Amino acid sequence: MALMTRELKASFAFVERNFNLTKRYWGWEVAFLVYAVAGALAVSLIGAGQGDTRLLMTLVIGAVFWNYLSVVFSFIAETVSWERWEGTLEYTFMAPVRRYAQMLGSTVYAVAFGFVHTVVVLVVLALFFELDLSGANFVTAAVFMVLGSVSFIGIGIMTAILPLMYVERGAQMTFVLQSVLLLISGVYYSVDVLPGWMQVLSNFSPATYVLHGVRAALIDGQGTVSLLGDVWPLLLMGIVFIPLGLWAFGRAERYAKRTGKLKRVG
Amino acid sequence: MTTLLEQPKTEPMRPAAQAPSRTNRVLSDDGVPALLVDHVTKQFVVGGRRKRKQVMAVNDVTIRIRRGEIYGVLGANGSGKSTLIRLVSTLLTLDTGRVEVFGHDIERDEMAVKRVINRVSVDAAFFKKLSPFENLAYAARLYGMEPKAARAEAISILARLGIGEKRLSRPLEQMSRGMQQKVAIARALLTSPTLLLLDEPTTGLDPRSKLDVQTFIEELRDTHDATIVLTTHDLAEADRLCDRIGIINDGRIVVEDTPEALRAKVAEERGLEPTMESVFMTYTGRSLDDDLGDNEDKDDED
Ligand SMILES: Nc1ncnc2c1ncn2[C@@H]1O[C@H](COP(=O)(O)OP(=O)(O)O)[C@@H](O)[C@H]1O
Ligand SMILES: [Mg+2]
Repeated sequence: MALMTRELKASFAFVERNFNLTKRYWGWEVAFLVYAVAGALAVSLIGAGQGDTRLLMTLVIGAVFWNYLSVVFSFIAETVSWERWEGTLEYTFMAPVRRYAQMLGSTVYAVAFGFVHTVVVLVVLALFFELDLSGANFVTAAVFMVLGSVSFIGIGIMTAILPLMYVERGAQMTFVLQSVLLLISGVYYSVDVLPGWMQVLSNFSPATYVLHGVRAALIDGQGTVSLLGDVWPLLLMGIVFIPLGLWAFGRAERYAKRTGKLKRVG
Repeated sequence: MTTLLEQPKTEPMRPAAQAPSRTNRVLSDDGVPALLVDHVTKQFVVGGRRKRKQVMAVNDVTIRIRRGEIYGVLGANGSGKSTLIRLVSTLLTLDTGRVEVFGHDIERDEMAVKRVINRVSVDAAFFKKLSPFENLAYAARLYGMEPKAARAEAISILARLGIGEKRLSRPLEQMSRGMQQKVAIARALLTSPTLLLLDEPTTGLDPRSKLDVQTFIEELRDTHDATIVLTTHDLAEADRLCDRIGIINDGRIVVEDTPEALRAKVAEERGLEPTMESVFMTYTGRSLDDDLGDNEDKDDED
């Protein structure tokens, strides 16, 4: 119990630190936010241009929820590469904090940050387009948000090990993985339009189920029960990915400490 | 570099003002050693796919350090100092051998060890855009301290190092290297480590900051219950600060004793001048300058 309290307290170190970093890099944060808003608008305008409200909603939902998932994902996946870049990786790894506490802190901040980020995008889109949300089922959408967050956190942690193991290429691999997720998860289109082999891949991306579920909820007003086909894969991925991610992270850390990958100079 | 620090090495006797603090301190030899490094070896594989080769960074090193002692690891670039420090800091795993910090095995009892050690590296590892206060708050939380108490403590440590409170709220990147290194030392001391690992804390500092840091280490030695491992390739620094010095060459500790004894030994056995230069030459077969050149070449390859 005392141990848990201790670790919980320590995990706040990461929340506070990341908040301070956001504050100090606020210029970049604003720039990225503007980029995210512009990107979401640009894509959604395609729907508006076609005069097709269903297409518009499909694109808006894709833009907003992908924004959320990718912010959460990259925040977590980049914990190691960020610290490597700052030069603090060894300092953090030397501290008497368990890795799950570190991940918990990073995750809490990532979710909070992603939420705020996404609300801004959403508000701008809502002001820009007249969205018809009269038949929307918000509860179901929220359920998918939560489930999606959990599994994305899991993949984020698993991806975070790449920069730990590959000093030079790890951060680039993380970026490529995020791009692949964007492509295969049906963010702006139905996965049915993808070539067969990509459709197979799309089954392994939690984003596929989140976006499908959220669209069904917000456009067609479907309830969670009728979307169980999307719920159980997410549930399963969430349950599997987080422990698997933490385990893999521990292994990767051990590997890095054996081969001298944390830091070499100095 | 010519500073005041170079004076002692031409004289076999230490300046009177410094001698008492060293001899008066009680270094108990019995009981659990502060640090026990027992036949430790660490090897790295370096080079690309084609030119793969193994480097013995630390080779069968055994060191026993008493509580309260300042132990110097003196060696040229690439001799294995940092690797040794990283092994003790749990940042590298041991290939063979065993390390104990106050009786805690670093592998079996990693968390307990992490709580009592801290390390200052050559490059002050900070979040550059964060202020010293923000960096120190992060440190405090990681080590389970109350940030408020930590803040007050940090202010007092930094005041002793000549950094005023006013400077502590601006981004750290705006500070000079010397100041950053002082903040790094303050950060390490904040967590009250009983084993402090200083990896070339003065390398690359301007003479003024270097002197400040050295004086501060002396002060620590006299006022705190900390055991310090200090690596350096500055002969005068090792001579001035350390109770005992181990000279490391190609990953091996080639000789170990008090600075006085080492100097006396080369004078007696080889008829050399009783200086740290003679000591270094004798046990590594090179002058420090030769060796520095060698290793820069070696590092370029990989
Ligand atoms: N992480 C690492 N990966 C590969 N080789 C390393 C690593 N760290 C150190 N080495 C090699 O081990 C040797 C000792 O290095 P180091 O301990 O950094 O020496 P020092 O700190 O005395 O300059 C050098 O040849 C160096 O290139
Ligand atoms: Mg070094």
